[in-house]
Amino acid sequence: MVNRPSLAVWKFASCDGCQLTLLDCEDELLAVAEAVDIAYFLEATRAAAEGPYDVSIVEGSVTTPDDLARIQQVRAVSRTLVTIGACATAGGIQALRNFADVREYAAIVYADPRYVATLDRSTPISAHVPVDLELRGCPIDKGQLLEMIGALLAGRAPDLPRYPVCIECKQAGNPCVLVADGAPCLGPVTAAGCGALCPRYQRACFGCFGPSEQPDTASLIDALVALGHPPEEIHRLFRTFNAGSPPFEEAAVSVEPPRRSEVTP
Amino acid sequence: MLVDIEDGAVSNVQLRIYEPPRFFEAFLVGRAYTEPADITARICGICPVAYQMSACLALEDACGVRVEGPLHDLRRLLYCGEWIESHTLHVHLLHAPDFLGFDGAIDLAQAHRAEVERGLELKKIGNEIVEVIGGRAIHPVNVRLGGFYRLPTRKERRDLRERVLRAIDLATEVVAWVGGFDFPELTHDHEMVALVDPDRYGVMDGRVISDRGLDVDAAGFGAAIAEEQVPWSTALQAHLLERGNYLVGPMARLALGYGNLLPPAREAAQAVGLGPDTRNPFRSIVTRAVETLHACVEALEILDGWEEPEAPAVPVEPRAGEGHGVTEAPRGLLYHRYVLDEDGTILEVQITPPTSQNQATIEHDLFHLVERSLDLDDLTLQHLAEQAIRNYDPCISCATHFLDMEVRRR
Repeated sequence: MVNRPSLAVWKFASCDGCQLTLLDCEDELLAVAEAVDIAYFLEATRAAAEGPYDVSIVEGSVTTPDDLARIQQVRAVSRTLVTIGACATAGGIQALRNFADVREYAAIVYADPRYVATLDRSTPISAHVPVDLELRGCPIDKGQLLEMIGALLAGRAPDLPRYPVCIECKQAGNPCVLVADGAPCLGPVTAAGCGALCPRYQRACFGCFGPSEQPDTASLIDALVALGHPPEEIHRLFRTFNAGSPPFEEAAVSVEPPRRSEVTP
Repeated sequence: MLVDIEDGAVSNVQLRIYEPPRFFEAFLVGRAYTEPADITARICGICPVAYQMSACLALEDACGVRVEGPLHDLRRLLYCGEWIESHTLHVHLLHAPDFLGFDGAIDLAQAHRAEVERGLELKKIGNEIVEVIGGRAIHPVNVRLGGFYRLPTRKERRDLRERVLRAIDLATEVVAWVGGFDFPELTHDHEMVALVDPDRYGVMDGRVISDRGLDVDAAGFGAAIAEEQVPWSTALQAHLLERGNYLVGPMARLALGYGNLLPPAREAAQAVGLGPDTRNPFRSIVTRAVETLHACVEALEILDGWEEPEAPAVPVEPRAGEGHGVTEAPRGLLYHRYVLDEDGTILEVQITPPTSQNQATIEHDLFHLVERSLDLDDLTLQHLAEQAIRNYDPCISCATHFLDMEVRRR
């Protein structure tokens, strides 16, 4: 095997679930390990080869002063940089701090927040360095991961649709939970990729894959309001794993519930 | 990890966990009581079911609901899948390479392809259980307060049963394989704490018991834990009030629940000499293999005895109050506490993961290991220390090959 491309996997603030998706490719893992040179992957091996690397896969968001510098180093040693998951592509659930005072957060969790080095905001990798490819999802989809690796090995562009997950839902023949049940479904504004998993389990989409291309959040919000969902529920719906992606952030702000202290009796 | 050596003796060992804080306990405040099952799953991609189950038990406790019967059994089945998947990942891809002298699973697979492939097949079956019952292997979507969104169909259960039969065979072989490894000498003297149920191996039922007299329910366990911040780590360290550091996880469960291992798992344990009095942390890899087999057999029992309930979930209406939940994550006790107002808005959250409970215990083991191994060069010592840390399968698994060891000799 000549000229196997070298692969490095990096972690920032995250739950490890997206890099675990690679280890969850049980049927393909050993074949992948033969096709590429896994040069740096702490979840799987202590051996760490020096860069530069042909492909770096980055999981997690940037949340600490040290990580601001580390992501620059990762970019410098990577020919192609791919970000995986909601943390790396949108800041993740920990981006909820972006709408609060992180010092107050630290004081809730730690007796002495002085020792806790943290930034005010949790930001996606693309806010700091150029990113070549993004895999969405909380977690990412195994099929999309293998498609991405296969495309990189073949030197072609991967097929990663950004149309709404409704398309996958219709293809799967699911009854529409929004229309049939009036459920608060983010499907119409959420990117495809999961195979419309939640409606298959009789629940509404909660936006793991982030916004679709040109998401019409205003129309969806109108529809949810008309169905009787209260503004605070709709607000929270956009404030989960992809809260930091601009279309979801704007949608949440547009239905911002009044703060309790601002409500006049 | 920092090791201080003064005049040829170890004076200090610090395990510095630099996992960036994500503030779950802060941003959950103000959210709805229905949300932690999905949100706290994101604390750990390797054991999301544990977070979902502890969250559900705690929130249902706050609302005065107890989920029993087939819905509870289905939760246990889901949890079996996570134990199989998580333990098998740790045994094969993380811990076995240490014992056999490899840097990681990829190198291990070059020399021991059949064993690694067997491990991957077993891990896949664990994931399939989580996928069928939970909807997705990582961050399942089918878990809710009161039960599930959708119940498995008869065909799904029948197909799963075939796979579980295969898993039992594979897991039996794995116990024999890891039981034959060479184990470095180390004997711990930690208080061991686990969930113990009179009728079955502790996962989601029973009381929190120790081998030195602790005997409390979930609320009592919460009241007994003191969490302390140490300046060298972003993970809080937990200890028990008036008792000190303690050990949670497979070794504690085995010691306290040995008699409840299902017969095939108990027989496999006995065949490799693993008894309830095992106090060598390096033999935890065998304990994980035995627990994997137990989980496979329990999954089969649940599938065979399961009768479909009327609804996929029981109603859980909000009320003002406090609730506690404790379950056995693959790596040990996971405690959640929530305070709700009358409409179910979350006012307070406490989450105590297993790794923060074991952190002081790991430092303790490392202290004794380093003390005995001062003649080793720093690199060999580092590898031994990494292997000792992996005995506890810490939830910093991204950082399981993390060790940046600094030895200060004075």
